[in-house]
Amino acid sequence: MSVAYKYRVRKVGNIKVAAFISKCSAWTWAVVRAVLLIGLCFMILYPLIVKFTSSVMPVDDMYDATVRFVPRSLTLQQYRIAWEWMRYPRVLLNTIALTLTVSLLQVTSCTIVGYGLGRFNFVGRDLVFGLVLLTLVVPPEMVMIPLFLNFRFFDLFGLIPDPGINLLGSYWPFVLTSITCTGLRNGLFIYIMTHFFRNMPDSLEEAAEIDGASSFVTFYRIMLPGAKPALVIIFLFAFVWQWNDRFYLDLFIRSSEDYLSYALQNFALRFVSNSPISSQFPWHYRSLLNNAGMMMFMAPLLILYLVMQRYFVESIERTGLVG
Amino acid sequence: MGLPRLGLAARKSLKGYLYVSPFLIGFIVFFLVPLFQTIGFSLSELKIVATGYTVTPVGLDNYNTALFVDPDFVPILTSTIINTLIDIPAILIFSFFIAVVLNQQFRGRALARLVFFLPVILTSGVVAQMELNDVMNQALVQEAEFMLGGQHFVNLLLGLNLPQGFINYIVRVVDRVPLVIEASAIPILIFLAGLQSIPRDLYEVADVEGITGWEKFWMITFPLVSPMILTNAIFIIINSFTSPRNEIVQFIGENTWSRGGYGVSAAMSVIYFAAITAILLVVVLVTGRRVVYLK
Repeated sequence: MSVAYKYRVRKVGNIKVAAFISKCSAWTWAVVRAVLLIGLCFMILYPLIVKFTSSVMPVDDMYDATVRFVPRSLTLQQYRIAWEWMRYPRVLLNTIALTLTVSLLQVTSCTIVGYGLGRFNFVGRDLVFGLVLLTLVVPPEMVMIPLFLNFRFFDLFGLIPDPGINLLGSYWPFVLTSITCTGLRNGLFIYIMTHFFRNMPDSLEEAAEIDGASSFVTFYRIMLPGAKPALVIIFLFAFVWQWNDRFYLDLFIRSSEDYLSYALQNFALRFVSNSPISSQFPWHYRSLLNNAGMMMFMAPLLILYLVMQRYFVESIERTGLVG
Repeated sequence: MGLPRLGLAARKSLKGYLYVSPFLIGFIVFFLVPLFQTIGFSLSELKIVATGYTVTPVGLDNYNTALFVDPDFVPILTSTIINTLIDIPAILIFSFFIAVVLNQQFRGRALARLVFFLPVILTSGVVAQMELNDVMNQALVQEAEFMLGGQHFVNLLLGLNLPQGFINYIVRVVDRVPLVIEASAIPILIFLAGLQSIPRDLYEVADVEGITGWEKFWMITFPLVSPMILTNAIFIIINSFTSPRNEIVQFIGENTWSRGGYGVSAAMSVIYFAAITAILLVVVLVTGRRVVYLK
């Protein structure tokens, strides 16, 4: 009896020690994790913080060594100048119109194609999927000139007589490449949607079929609402990439200074050289102006991200990005 | 619908083709034809005239110019490829680690995820270019270099008697930490999705069997996430090789209308494309076999 009793005491003691150790290690890990994450988050946010504070900083604070992050007083003068010189309201509206058109069309077409690849079995499906990946591998620069010539002398596959129509400068090149899933990185969107639809349960589709829904109704009413997380992700990607894009703007739209990415660049270029404008401002003030310009360029994206983050950040779990 | 009387399977596959048709049309018209045109241009000389353009075949001259005459192309090409290959393991390890951390339960997790995906929207060619010309941001970069790539750090590593190659790699990666973090945003997303897809019951079984966390990681988490490693490696390669900030991409773009003219630039992009494809094939063949699939 005494042996059994001793054994029990020892065992209980061991369990207590083990529990203590595991508690300690859990705590240590929590602390290490917190330090690590806070540090890395700070590294990511640091450039943004610097941009923001220097965009609202009066120029005197820049020469003041005691000012580090928090300006002594706030000024909106940089924003006022950038607003005017970038012709912000007009350029912003142009950019939003183009970006929304392109991203909505791309999301629609890539979702339809992804549905076809994810839910139907047909001969050559894997081949088509391989072709989707192939479009990702080729840098857009590689097909730049043929695309340019294609749209400069657009003949609708020979239906329109020589020399064809000049589609450059209009939305058409963007619309045509978007509805045919050949826009910027559309292969990635098809890839995401395909995997998402493939992982959806068959029972949903079967139930709809038994109830007599046609294939399109099944897609539109049953499968699409379930695909919301993936749709949010590809919409965000499409929007952001188009917003930042200068390559296709340059290629397709001749008056590209009406769009934000170019307006920002031109705004910055005014101060680089020894132009008459740049001599009006002291060297360091131009940096403050640049930062205000960058903030105004990124602000709509930041707002969009914050609005969509609820879907974006927590819905990742249900996306079938799984390969 | 007005489909002819076909078997169920045939009808389903017809519908499948219907859904995929936008892509097929786009692929042929705006991708395949231009691709072959580029290959054709790379073998010829292109001139824009009032009524269109003329093409004169010149054989392999343009390739010769790109590879052996142009003084900048080959060095830029090799350095771009080497830099990217060096970054890949760093991005993979970093993003995998962060994904595992972000997958745990803790307070503020949503906020941390929010910040880690922020680079997705902040990575922009224009802004990056402006940062290069900006006084404030340059001061920032120098400060970061002083902190990270400083001599003290190198001395510390040398004091540990680590192999020289390893030290060089670490110092190089540390130098590029901001780039690595930025490039990790989407790989973290993909890894996180992969971690979420591991069935819970596997861990429950492991708990019942009394397996330690370390063993759980190597015997369940790691093998089941391994397909993501391949996906991510491919994504990172594609992303960095086709990004507009890529040096060689910029070089080819800038040279389109200057230097040897369009033909040479087309030849350069064909060479570059061949190089990317070769690297991707090697990666897929090397890692593809070790990947575990659950299904």
